[in-house]
Amino acid sequence: MSTITRRNFVQAAAAGLALPALGRSALAAEPLKTGFIYLGPVGDFGWTWAHDKGRKAMLAALNGQVTADYVENVKEDASAIPILKDLAQQGHKLIFATSYGYMDQCVEVAKQFPDVKFEHCTGYKTADNLGTYNSRFHQGRAVEGTIAGMMSKSGVIGYLGSYKVPEVVLGVNSFTLSAQAVNPKITTKLVMIDSWFDPAKEAAAVETLANLGCDVVAQHTDSPAGLQVCEKRKVWCFGQGADMARFAPKTQLTAIEDIWGPYYISRAKAALDGTWKSDNAWWGFKEGTVVMGPYNKTLPADVAAAADKIIAGWKDGSYDVFTGEIKDQTGAVKVPKGEHMTDDKLATIDWYVQGVQS
Amino acid sequence: MRIRLEKRLTPSRFMQVATPIASVLLTMALGAIIFQLIGFDGPHAIYETFITPIVAPYKWVDVMTKAAPLIIIALGLSLGNQAKIWNIGAEGQYIIGAIAGAGVAFALPNAEGFWIIPLMIAAGIVGGMAWAAIPAFLKTHYRVSEVLSTLMLVYVALQVLSYLIGGPWKDPNGHNFPQTPPLTAAQQLPHVLPGTAIPPGLVVAIVLTLVFWLLTTRSVYGFSVRTVGAAPSAARYGGFDASRTVWTTLMISGGMAGLAGILEVSSQLGQINLGFPSGYGFTAIIVSFLGRLNPIGVFLAGLILAVTYVGGQVAQTAVHVPEATAGIFQATMLFFILASDILVRYRLRVIRDAPRVARAEAVA
Amino acid sequence: MLTFIIDALVTVVGVTTPILLAATGELVVEKSGVLNLGIEGMMLIGAVTGFAVALTYGDNMGALAPWLGVLCAALAGAASSMLFAVLVLTLGSNQVATGLALTIFGIGLSSLVGAGYVGAVIPPFDSLFPDSLAGDPLWRVVFGYSPLVYFALIMVFAVGWFLNRTRAGLILRAVGENDISAHSIGYPVIAIRYAAIAFGGALAGIGGSYFSMVITPMWAEQMTAGRGWIALALVVFAGWRAGRLLAGAYFFGILMTLELYAKASGFSFLPSQFWASMPYIMAVAVLAFMSARDVTGSEAPACLGRPFLPST
Repeated sequence: MSTITRRNFVQAAAAGLALPALGRSALAAEPLKTGFIYLGPVGDFGWTWAHDKGRKAMLAALNGQVTADYVENVKEDASAIPILKDLAQQGHKLIFATSYGYMDQCVEVAKQFPDVKFEHCTGYKTADNLGTYNSRFHQGRAVEGTIAGMMSKSGVIGYLGSYKVPEVVLGVNSFTLSAQAVNPKITTKLVMIDSWFDPAKEAAAVETLANLGCDVVAQHTDSPAGLQVCEKRKVWCFGQGADMARFAPKTQLTAIEDIWGPYYISRAKAALDGTWKSDNAWWGFKEGTVVMGPYNKTLPADVAAAADKIIAGWKDGSYDVFTGEIKDQTGAVKVPKGEHMTDDKLATIDWYVQGVQS
Repeated sequence: MRIRLEKRLTPSRFMQVATPIASVLLTMALGAIIFQLIGFDGPHAIYETFITPIVAPYKWVDVMTKAAPLIIIALGLSLGNQAKIWNIGAEGQYIIGAIAGAGVAFALPNAEGFWIIPLMIAAGIVGGMAWAAIPAFLKTHYRVSEVLSTLMLVYVALQVLSYLIGGPWKDPNGHNFPQTPPLTAAQQLPHVLPGTAIPPGLVVAIVLTLVFWLLTTRSVYGFSVRTVGAAPSAARYGGFDASRTVWTTLMISGGMAGLAGILEVSSQLGQINLGFPSGYGFTAIIVSFLGRLNPIGVFLAGLILAVTYVGGQVAQTAVHVPEATAGIFQATMLFFILASDILVRYRLRVIRDAPRVARAEAVA
Repeated sequence: MLTFIIDALVTVVGVTTPILLAATGELVVEKSGVLNLGIEGMMLIGAVTGFAVALTYGDNMGALAPWLGVLCAALAGAASSMLFAVLVLTLGSNQVATGLALTIFGIGLSSLVGAGYVGAVIPPFDSLFPDSLAGDPLWRVVFGYSPLVYFALIMVFAVGWFLNRTRAGLILRAVGENDISAHSIGYPVIAIRYAAIAFGGALAGIGGSYFSMVITPMWAEQMTAGRGWIALALVVFAGWRAGRLLAGAYFFGILMTLELYAKASGFSFLPSQFWASMPYIMAVAVLAFMSARDVTGSEAPACLGRPFLPST
């Protein structure tokens, strides 16, 4: 289905390409060829699906000015190198690599194609023609945590994680700290399933969290499996990466939506008008790459108001969940009272805050 | 009157060459038609998948890079498969080989000598062997099926990798991502032929293909392995020790997988991350059988599979077919090749005859 | 405490059932002397078919739609297994390679077919018992499951009974033990193996549909995430016996659930990877232990994986 749409896009782009040849529009330049490499299938309804939505948003916004090809299921080993090279050789001038594991491959290929612009998602290595980008999903986690802290009756909330990488640790901490801000007695039970995508294991893990008394569960794995379990077990939950209300119509409280479109549009525009520069972008609520999904209809007004306040705080810079004093699991003070964590510290975090049970 | 399968005395040379070619052509024709019917540009997709990687010189390096580990692992597996020792856990041995070899490098961070790479390679081979030694020991002492133990140990190896790169071996400059530090320049394999991009792994694969060819066709050991596989009781009379065969075949296949693992680390990315295990060990099983357990055949089969992988990626960007298409093409090609195998070993006769039984031999 | 155990048991049943279904089918296939490594592919084809049918006919058929979905999943699994069967039985191709090719095929085909179903949902194929039983904190341990759970249990006993107590089962085992003798006595070796493979494919398809219709009523590419391989290991683990297959499946399921409980309960004195590798280490260790204690060993069919081509 999506493929047909894609083919139509390509045909549309090709038609656009033909126009100048007909002499109808001397101004229409050749479209910018962009390429994407994806970790999963576009049908994962998770990480890759969200990036593909961003790609489509870019195509729609810059209709005729860009084309966008993609390669899915690209492994994070050396075989990503030839794929990146292929895209560059086929004339793609702006290439997005949408998973952490493509970092060194991007560095390698960027060296060989100095006139091609590369953008690597969630990494940290840059070059003149290689920028990085990520979203501050932990901002959304603070909204979820605030809601969770207010909605939990048991004081025990759950978190389904994938791997212990800074991104996930940040989410767990943000979720826990913001929940503790509204209910200091909150503890978070954390299960890491050592996989980004394994619906059956995700389901079993959420069931286990529910069995152990968690009455709100957040997740940082890719499939909506956990939400379906929550719906069945009447446990509050949050959508991951997209509004997943159809998987848990009664119990999804809200969702963090990964919206890559604004970033892709801005970078493609920059490449088109020649202002593209290698950057280290970390966007959030303010820039529109982190968006909260609609609230559950049954969400009490005071909870919704508290959540809105957090969002507004992130947007105007008045709120930061990582404000000291913050202790780690052993009780050691990691962030002194009143201090904030720098972006560098956030991006490399590897310790859990007090109250996380892992 | 009926059609009868008659076993050839020797496998047909003509069919050995003709059937794979015919299979690929059939796949291309069928694939083009079917994908045209469901709304893709079928012929174009087929061209990019099967032809581009062969005719476009810039894709050759990619094909060779992809083929090298497949061939190296499959060569080792073929020996065991001849003896009907089913090592389906080469992926685990590949991982542990990479870990062992890289471990040596991390233990000697300042080593600059010419000997560091041979030492790492040796460690990689030993690592793969050690991982395969567990199933060998369990089979010879406790009769635990190697199908189970080798497969289970893949999952364990994945966890060992995940533990090491997220814990003790985590790159201190890696922003706390689960990955090892990069190998130093001295610890990375140089390109064998300066000025070309021929991956070192492929050179190793070529050499090993010849070694295994000599081993299987010219040595008593190769004969003993085949005998154990084909007729265990005859092998016992002949003085070939079955338990020794279990050990040697698993050690060789484990060692080869380990070698592929350390070669991949030290000649490609230069570090180990979560994406390192990408399934070469499993695909190599197909390569082994597709090559009819014959070293030369394995070499060619490895190249063919690598072509379809690389071509599948080309087709994605060039024709915008989903990745799943490449899998379907690949499977269709495998089905045809496997199906046509019968023509190599049998000839079709239309004849009047009483039913008779013949057992096909797994080793052609 | 009792409800705690019951809750955990319900999770274990969910983890175990799809593996048990696929493994029961594979047991029959292997008992007939054929090794089909295509379980994962057949499960995925079953998963996407079951989901697609249940979704498409959900509006018109209501409560019957999931039943039709499961039936079609079984048919699709069986149909895909026939590809394998023609190759290995009629054309005598190598079983290991053909099975692996079937897995690649199944992954590709299910992804292609399923692309249009991503993001859609169906109601879960849940317990048919009244909510007072299925939702009861105690009684749900008996009544709170999808019909497929009971079906899986019935199948494993039925297969055990069939293999050991019926004449047809005896013939099937004879074919797996010594195909040449079975053939010379006049049993239709090839036909029996076709039937066994179709049965295995059907159960793998139903096992796959358990993912897309019960655990997580949705379709996502490669959603079985390698369970077909666990099913394969399980048959070996069980020593090709139905009773031990049931015990082994639940042993696996319990260990996989324990992993999650250990992590959620904060057992971080050992790395999480240790808990994750437990089921696999234990599987090997238990088998070695039973063998060392000389518990009646495996009943591996002698002809497993060997091609058989009657010259007729």
